Amino acid sequence: MSHRIVVGYDDSGSAKSALEFAMNLTKTQGGSIVVAHVLEWSPYSFLTPTELEERHMRRREELERANAALLAPLVESLKDSGVAISTALKYGHISETLCEIATQEGADQIVVGRTGSSGLSSRLFGSVAGSLAQSAPVPVTIVP
Amino acid sequence: MNRLSKVAALAAPALMAASAPVLAQSIDQTINDGFASATGWFVSFIFSPFPGTSFPWIVAWLVVAATVFTVYFGLIQFRAFPHSISLVKGDYSDPNDAGEVSHFQALATALSGTVGLGNIAGVAVAVGIGGPGATFWMILAGLMGMASKFTECTLGVKYRNEYADGTVSGGPMYYMTKGFAERGIPAGKFMAVLFSVFCILGALGGGNMFQANQAHAQISNVVGDFPGWITGIVFAVIVFAVIVGGLKSIASVTEKVVPFMGVLYVLTALVILLMNYDMIGWAFGQIFAGAFTGLGVAGGMVGALIQGFKRAAFSNEAGVGSAAIAHAAVRTKEPITEGFVSLLEPFIDTVVICTMTALVIIITGQLVSDPATGMYLLDEGASTIQTVNDNKGVALTSAAFSSAFGWFQYVLAIAVILFAFSTMISWSYYGLKAWTFLFGEGKGKELTFKVIFCIFVVIGASASLGPVIDFSDAAIFAMAVVNIMALYFLMPIVKGEMDSYLSRLKSGEIKKFH
Repeated sequence: MSHRIVVGYDDSGSAKSALEFAMNLTKTQGGSIVVAHVLEWSPYSFLTPTELEERHMRRREELERANAALLAPLVESLKDSGVAISTALKYGHISETLCEIATQEGADQIVVGRTGSSGLSSRLFGSVAGSLAQSAPVPVTIVP
Repeated sequence: MNRLSKVAALAAPALMAASAPVLAQSIDQTINDGFASATGWFVSFIFSPFPGTSFPWIVAWLVVAATVFTVYFGLIQFRAFPHSISLVKGDYSDPNDAGEVSHFQALATALSGTVGLGNIAGVAVAVGIGGPGATFWMILAGLMGMASKFTECTLGVKYRNEYADGTVSGGPMYYMTKGFAERGIPAGKFMAVLFSVFCILGALGGGNMFQANQAHAQISNVVGDFPGWITGIVFAVIVFAVIVGGLKSIASVTEKVVPFMGVLYVLTALVILLMNYDMIGWAFGQIFAGAFTGLGVAGGMVGALIQGFKRAAFSNEAGVGSAAIAHAAVRTKEPITEGFVSLLEPFIDTVVICTMTALVIIITGQLVSDPATGMYLLDEGASTIQTVNDNKGVALTSAAFSSAFGWFQYVLAIAVILFAFSTMISWSYYGLKAWTFLFGEGKGKELTFKVIFCIFVVIGASASLGPVIDFSDAAIFAMAVVNIMALYFLMPIVKGEMDSYLSRLKSGEIKKFH
């Protein structure tokens, strides 16, 4: 059976640990990795008329920036690792979108870093790792 | 003792105020007189009645248009209502388009441009002149206006300009030029220019001066009387910081707070209605009876009808063309879907929020009636109904709400300021789009308009309500004259889009994503 792991990735240290963990797992078990980056977005937010007008342009810029600054260098640095790596870049609610990506890619595991922030915001709104643990369609590994 | 201290409390500020503001008041007076005489001819043209009647032709123009669209599209506002709600919920949005402007966002932004003083002060003006019966005509105008909004917003999306850098521009001036050319109708460009001129006036009037004026009225209602130009300058500086200085934080805070204020307003109105639940039946009785008899108000039934229709159009802007500019940025392959979404706007704005205001004013007994006959008593001059403490406009709404909850006048003051501000930001954008359509894009040209816009904030806050409201109405309705004419020419295009979409929806070709 070929394993496929979705790794929730951003520029944090814990995301790097999560990717490392997934790499080691894939090296021993075989399979492939989908590096997924989600840009936080709600279709129910409120924008000014000028923001509406520019939204399409901004979206394109944001996608290009995320790809150029985050995903492309990562894929480049891992191309000699011997592990098959693809990327996914989406807008949406972070944990929900990671679940959607896992379903679409037919992944059998999601790996995310625990941001480690025990701050006020995660207490109020819940962490990505926490909500994934509750709602993911496949097993979730949370890497400290 | 108690009485003495009250007199002292009243006298002290009066004494302090007596010396300084003589000069200030005369600035206000000069601005007011100059403004009234400069705009009078325009106002009297727009509101001139049919010969031999007192019925303004412009009101008939709006009513006829809304009726024509309602019939032509087969009561689309009721047929498509459930589908409109699923569109706003995002049931039909492609997840791969996440990050683009959603239906909800386009609707919310357009609503924050229309929900505002029209709903609070405008309704008070309508009920104050036309009596409770004006509410009936206002609701009817709101329901029919949904079809006008549907038509213009579909066209706004269909004929928008999409530029290479990813930005979009849409609105009546674009469907007038492109749509008319496509159908081989001449004069599209001429109408677009005319519309743009009126849109600039509307942006300066209803979208700016009326807002500044009523915001000042509300502030001085809470803190005591002071010259309007002071409020005007403060507002102008903040508006300038946002639209010229690009101070996005103020605008985005407003955009986020305004919807909550709207919800709070409706909830408070509902609580007041529930507290007086035994009077709701009576209030609706007043509304229906007044709609057809006038209950002795100035102008009788026709007076109630004119006020209801005027204030509804001013509040929800259906047929005016402004919403077509706001809705144009949505990401959709089907322009008609934005039409469906936009028809919720007059419903929320007029049928829900305006009706709440009217009911609260009626139920809390702000209008003075003769206990013997049940007829409303008129002021001297017999043009408006007597109100408790002689409140007008936003002060009337404020008095109605705070008769139930004393603290609500402070909430309302904040709400009015925020509503006024968000409406100004929206209209500065509509005006700017018209301005750049006329004069072309460019930093210098845009700055010129923005500076003019800020100057009018000061004028609006200084002038008295009468001339401001007259000019605001006239400018906004002048937009509707041109826009509705264009809608008549282009409505077959909307019909084609609608029939095609509805049949594909029925056959299952258009699917839900969620």
